[in-house]
Amino acid sequence: MMPAAAALEVRGLTKRYDRPAVDALDLTVRAGEFYALVGPNGAGKTTTLRMVAGLLRPDAGSVSIFGIDALGKSAAAKQVTAWVSDEPMIYDKLTPLEYLEFVAGLWGIAPAVAKPEAHRLLLSLGLEPHLHERCEGFSKGMRQKVALAGALVHDPRLIILDEPLTGLDALSARHVKGLLGERVRNGDTIIMTTHILEVAERMADRIGVIASGRLVAEGTLGELRLQNGSADLSLEDLFIALVDIEVAAA
Amino acid sequence: MTPTTALSWFARHELRLAWREGLAMLTGGRRRRTRAAVIGIVAFAAFLHLPAWAVIGRFAELRAPLDQPSLIIMTATIFLTWALILSQAIESVTRVFYARADLDLIMSSPTRLAEIFSVRIVAIALSVTAMALLFAIPFVDVLVFTGGARWLATFGVVVAAGLSAAAIAIAITITLFRLIGPARTRLAAQILAAVIGAGFVIALQIAAILSYGTLSRFAILTSDSVTALAPDAASMLWWPARAAIGDIATLLPLLSASLLLLGGVMAIFSARFADTAITASAYTVARPRGSRARAFRRGSRQQALRRKEFILLGRDPWLISQTLMQLFYLVPPALLLWRSFADNTAALVLVTPVIVMAAGQLAGGLAWLTISGEDAADLVASAPLSPSQVIRAKIEVVLITIGVIFAPLLAALATAGAWQAVITACGVIAAAGSATSIQLWFRVQASRRHFRRRQTSSRLATFAEAFCSIGWAATAVLALTIPVAALICGLITSAIFAATWKLSPRRE
Repeated sequence: MMPAAAALEVRGLTKRYDRPAVDALDLTVRAGEFYALVGPNGAGKTTTLRMVAGLLRPDAGSVSIFGIDALGKSAAAKQVTAWVSDEPMIYDKLTPLEYLEFVAGLWGIAPAVAKPEAHRLLLSLGLEPHLHERCEGFSKGMRQKVALAGALVHDPRLIILDEPLTGLDALSARHVKGLLGERVRNGDTIIMTTHILEVAERMADRIGVIASGRLVAEGTLGELRLQNGSADLSLEDLFIALVDIEVAAA
Repeated sequence: MTPTTALSWFARHELRLAWREGLAMLTGGRRRRTRAAVIGIVAFAAFLHLPAWAVIGRFAELRAPLDQPSLIIMTATIFLTWALILSQAIESVTRVFYARADLDLIMSSPTRLAEIFSVRIVAIALSVTAMALLFAIPFVDVLVFTGGARWLATFGVVVAAGLSAAAIAIAITITLFRLIGPARTRLAAQILAAVIGAGFVIALQIAAILSYGTLSRFAILTSDSVTALAPDAASMLWWPARAAIGDIATLLPLLSASLLLLGGVMAIFSARFADTAITASAYTVARPRGSRARAFRRGSRQQALRRKEFILLGRDPWLISQTLMQLFYLVPPALLLWRSFADNTAALVLVTPVIVMAAGQLAGGLAWLTISGEDAADLVASAPLSPSQVIRAKIEVVLITIGVIFAPLLAALATAGAWQAVITACGVIAAAGSATSIQLWFRVQASRRHFRRRQTSSRLATFAEAFCSIGWAATAVLALTIPVAALICGLITSAIFAATWKLSPRRE
């Protein structure tokens, strides 16, 4: 059996501000995998993902997306990538449909493909009653859903999500989780940061624990339990144990 | 806490907020800049004494009893000042309604809302008056130094003007809310503020052009027809002018009347103020807005970007009001153009610098909105376009907009004189190009909501943009009158532009 190709390969990724935010990080996410990146506040999760998405230039290291050098051929890498931040980035004066039309235009998607896909996404996220309203009156959860629909409308193969469930109510969170699960089943790759460990535990194929800019543990939940020597621990217990060790070491 | 203590505490809170908002406007929200901002204000105030002396110095020797032309000119000047203060006050009231994020906190507190909002009305009045006093200081200084201490009474007139303008601004804004609703009030109030601020001068200029073929407002004020229409010297209309030269017997009633007006507005509107503010706040939270469903449009990635920018510019009420104002300012020169086309007078050249200046200012604002005011910067950065493609598309939007607005004016000018139209077009291109380049070099990521504060992100960029616009306007008008001087002026402006590039953080 052929090993699964890497959707994302990060080698020696480094970013320093007044201290190292990301410290020679190595990370591999396989194609078709749902990968959750967890870690305490300030661990370097968002900085890592921003560098992968091409929003931040690393000080050192390499990023490869489906074999494309994301630092050298950024446009080609961005063509197959989507980024959604925890702070929804949409325009107040556009309607959700207009926003999706703009995103589809940026990614060069033909209108005949983009329009039905935009409708399908907005409907599946429960935004049907608001299709033609300007986003200025939307709640944070609604904005998050519009941003997510925008990320998916150009059919990316790698979806990078930074805290995608923040601000969503239970029903909206279920909509989003359903949509993300569907994407993974269709062969897309998702890498997501989250503080909600239960989500990582239930949805992710593999979990990476990051602390002080370094990957301190990685694997399926079972593998993490094995690495920690206990089969009964929850992800929360494992997370606290791993992060405590890292803090003590620092 | 007793009710009185609570009110005085809230008053302190309001004044502190007003002070910090004012300071943030000056320092761009960077506390380290406070000292530099204070030094800058003092230096600017000191510098203002020069133009103040040039404008108002000749009036310093005026004494009671004033003759009819002096009464007319002084009253018109005071009314103009009052109109400007009223314009500023409407802007302040609108800002408090729409921008303060503390309504939930205030509404959930166990204090009496009518009293709380009375304090807020007083705070608005005080901040408006303080701002008016600040700008009046150089002018009053000049009058006091050259004409004597009796001119100190002018401060009293400014206070009366500030309090009455704030009271009327609150009444106007709340009435607008009741009449046309929160959605339209924001835009209407902004346009009204701009029109009131400039309307009086522009109306005088229009009257002067139609009657005397000149832009000077004094031509109409000192005309026989206005003097004949003016009431006699005992009229209350002249009280502000008489108070300004030190007539305490008219100053005290003026101050009392303005306080009574403010008190009346507080009594009538403080309860409604709460409702109005809540409605405005609700308006910003949820406002369904219909839009017709239509097909997604074809086009390149850059076209998608340009289309988005045009939609956002078209839906920006502040920008629309500012653009309307730019066009409004062009009415007197356009009128002059129309008259000059008939009469073929030399005054026609005055149109050129006005158009060039307006193009520079508008391009600067547009460039900030499209380049720095990108609300979804991450989205655009994560799209498969190079940064240069993104920037090029945004610059194209600015230049296309400027072209659409100014092409009709230039075409009209071409019918009067082809050479002047060519020179004006060159001036428009240079001014718009300079302003856009400066915004590009000094770009910082910001929200479109912070458009009002755009000048605070870089003082250097603000001054460079203004000097370049003025420089290109002067170059254009000199090219039509004294070509050699135009060459020198053009070189100086180019040097300012080049120096700005050299000092900019992003030399591209």
